[in-house]
Amino acid sequence: MSKFLNVLTASAVAVSVLATPAMAENLGLGRAATPDEIAAWDIDIRPDGQGLPEGSGSVMDGEVLYTEKCSVCHGVFGEAVGRWPVLAGGDGSLSDDRPVKTVGSYWPYLSTVWDYVHRAMPFGDAQSLSNDEVYAITAYLMYLNYLVEDDFVLSKENFLEVRLPNEDNFFMDDRADGELVAFAKPEICMSDCKDSVEITARAAIIDVTPEDADARKARAARLGMDVSESEGAASAGEDDATQEAAASAPAESGEPALDMALVAEGERVFKKCAACHQVGEGAKDRVGPVLNGVIGAPFGHVDGFRYSKGLLEMADEGMVWTEDNMAEFLRKPRDYIKRTKMSFAGLRKDEEIAAVIEYLKSFSE
Amino acid sequence: MTVSDKGTKPSRRAFLKGAAAAGGTLAGAGAAHAAGDPVITELQPWMQQLGDGVDVAPYGKPSEYESHVKRRTVEWLTADPVSSINFTPLHELDGIITPNGLCFERHHAGTAHIDPAKHRLMINGLVDTPLVFTMADLLRFPRENHVYFLECAANSGMEWRGAQLNGCQFTHGMIHNVMYTGVKLRHLLEEAGVKTSGKWVMPEGADAAAMTRSIPMEKALDDCLVAWKMNGEALRPEQGYPLRLVVPGWEGNMWVKWLRRIEVGDEPWHHREETSKYTDLLADGTARRFTWEMDAKSVITNPSPQAPILHGKGPTVLTGLAWSGRGTIPRVDVTIDGGKNWHAARMSGPSLDKSMHRFYFEFDWDGGELLLQSRAHDSTGYVQPTKNELRDYRGTNSIYHNNGIQTWYVNKNGEAENVEVS
Repeated sequence: MSKFLNVLTASAVAVSVLATPAMAENLGLGRAATPDEIAAWDIDIRPDGQGLPEGSGSVMDGEVLYTEKCSVCHGVFGEAVGRWPVLAGGDGSLSDDRPVKTVGSYWPYLSTVWDYVHRAMPFGDAQSLSNDEVYAITAYLMYLNYLVEDDFVLSKENFLEVRLPNEDNFFMDDRADGELVAFAKPEICMSDCKDSVEITARAAIIDVTPEDADARKARAARLGMDVSESEGAASAGEDDATQEAAASAPAESGEPALDMALVAEGERVFKKCAACHQVGEGAKDRVGPVLNGVIGAPFGHVDGFRYSKGLLEMADEGMVWTEDNMAEFLRKPRDYIKRTKMSFAGLRKDEEIAAVIEYLKSFSE
Repeated sequence: MTVSDKGTKPSRRAFLKGAAAAGGTLAGAGAAHAAGDPVITELQPWMQQLGDGVDVAPYGKPSEYESHVKRRTVEWLTADPVSSINFTPLHELDGIITPNGLCFERHHAGTAHIDPAKHRLMINGLVDTPLVFTMADLLRFPRENHVYFLECAANSGMEWRGAQLNGCQFTHGMIHNVMYTGVKLRHLLEEAGVKTSGKWVMPEGADAAAMTRSIPMEKALDDCLVAWKMNGEALRPEQGYPLRLVVPGWEGNMWVKWLRRIEVGDEPWHHREETSKYTDLLADGTARRFTWEMDAKSVITNPSPQAPILHGKGPTVLTGLAWSGRGTIPRVDVTIDGGKNWHAARMSGPSLDKSMHRFYFEFDWDGGELLLQSRAHDSTGYVQPTKNELRDYRGTNSIYHNNGIQTWYVNKNGEAENVEVS
């Protein structure tokens, strides 16, 4: 074991020594936390089961919950959409060139899954799941990783019987025993250290470095170029797009005024959508299409976005997004568009639907 | 290719000689007109007209000519812009302090905006009296001021497999260095009374990620701070306003923002950010956990891909930053020929424990190709390794704790590129 744990053992003594004289120096600040307050915030779970609440959930229930609340980012089979975390698979891949680190292949403890799902998921709607729902989703993640059969029920009672396959492959930081010794070099070469130097890798070959208009401007300024000229040349595409947007913007006087309070409320609600959709200046397609100007636009109006077949069929019929059909869609997406790719379950409250539509209207093009 | 060291000896004499030569050959910028530089010979608007009144910007902002000095993100790194990261523009900064608005951001559920009147800090678990503090309560504890760097463990994580991003903002910009004001965590723990069985603490954030990490009691009682100011003013929302944990020298993820609770326990919690994330996967498929300290590291910030040499040959200032999670940086070596010959850089500015250090190396550039590297030595005797030395221990799948030596190739035009060398 590392030196650090030895230090820790020693510090246990130090703590007790320090705690005693410190009592005399207490300032009497703050107040005692009430049991209810502690219960509200102290929701953490440990591998030894400390903190686990009463409850249970089945793989079957977990599938329904997972499909509704998790699959939009993590994929129907835990395979992930885009760059969201992969949750299943990857067995035996940890020493591969491209390891896949999932609950099944990498995570050491099931308690971590329970704790994290409970405290931070679903993304944008944290702590909305009941204890039974967390048990069920955790059970389903075990099922997706082939750790249990489909009739499995996870509960507080059997939780500690579960061991994840990769638990034993973690070990305490051991840099002190290897790297720190190897890299402490009291004598280090300062001259004529090597005969030749070759470049072995270059970033330019796989250039993935972002560059924005400001960076281009700064570069141009440094090079002593006329800034306005160089920017125009470098980002002509952007300028065209801006002009086009300006040209096609509806005359402001003809537009009905927005309810700004509702827009603000809609901005809040939109956080549920923001995992997949962007809206506003600079918005881009993500898992879902960019939503600028969607109200009033024909179905499937974003060029290049791969819409579902169901939506494209409606587009062929000449359908246009209105406040009414958008409300219907947002209430139950899968009912309104058959086989929609949008796996979001829908907004339950009419007020939220109205707000988010008003918010979307504020980004008309 | 090879790089000659000829004519680039960094002696002061050579430097001054080079400077004298440059004065004769380089037409100073803007001075090419026979009649004189128009910004001198012609009356400029700011020389004649009145400027802004005092209250035009009650909270001052940088000059409009500095709009390129900003944090930048790399969109493809993360799934969405909420649980994401942006980078400090190190190549635009000097000295050791990072301005508050340029400190890189890393959130797991976006920036929470919290009314300090509604913020509480709870201490519970293995303590004699679980306590709740308001922000006003915390202001009545004895305060301390310390400058510390905060580096994300994933800083330079994209470079494990080879040179990937062109710019120290992107390769090294998940770091900032500010002065914190706050109360020692030790005082707060003592106020609650840690039981003898209490060996670990777990800070928790108030945002929707409710970030948690396990920290050994020894560190908690040593130098951790509960801070509410950075560089003299309130924490920025994106840095955890109104309250954050400061864990000097240790990976940034542990510095929990929007800090609402500290629990004391007898075992670590093994939560998501210390199991699934922030563990270092090695080549054989095993993984290190609890790799808290940030090893000594340095980077040349100028010249660098975003900050090329534009003045041609002659006197040239090379500068960079160095830091160590284990102490100070008494020495940085610099090479301009890819590691054949090294020179002691000039350290400038305060040398503070677990803080960034600034170094300079002035040389007379002969206009030839350069391969620039810096190598930090920390106060424990540790010397920053090359990337390949590090890979021998870690493989290429660690993601975290990449402190290998960075190389910039500079071509004859002064343009720099991220490369690796033999």
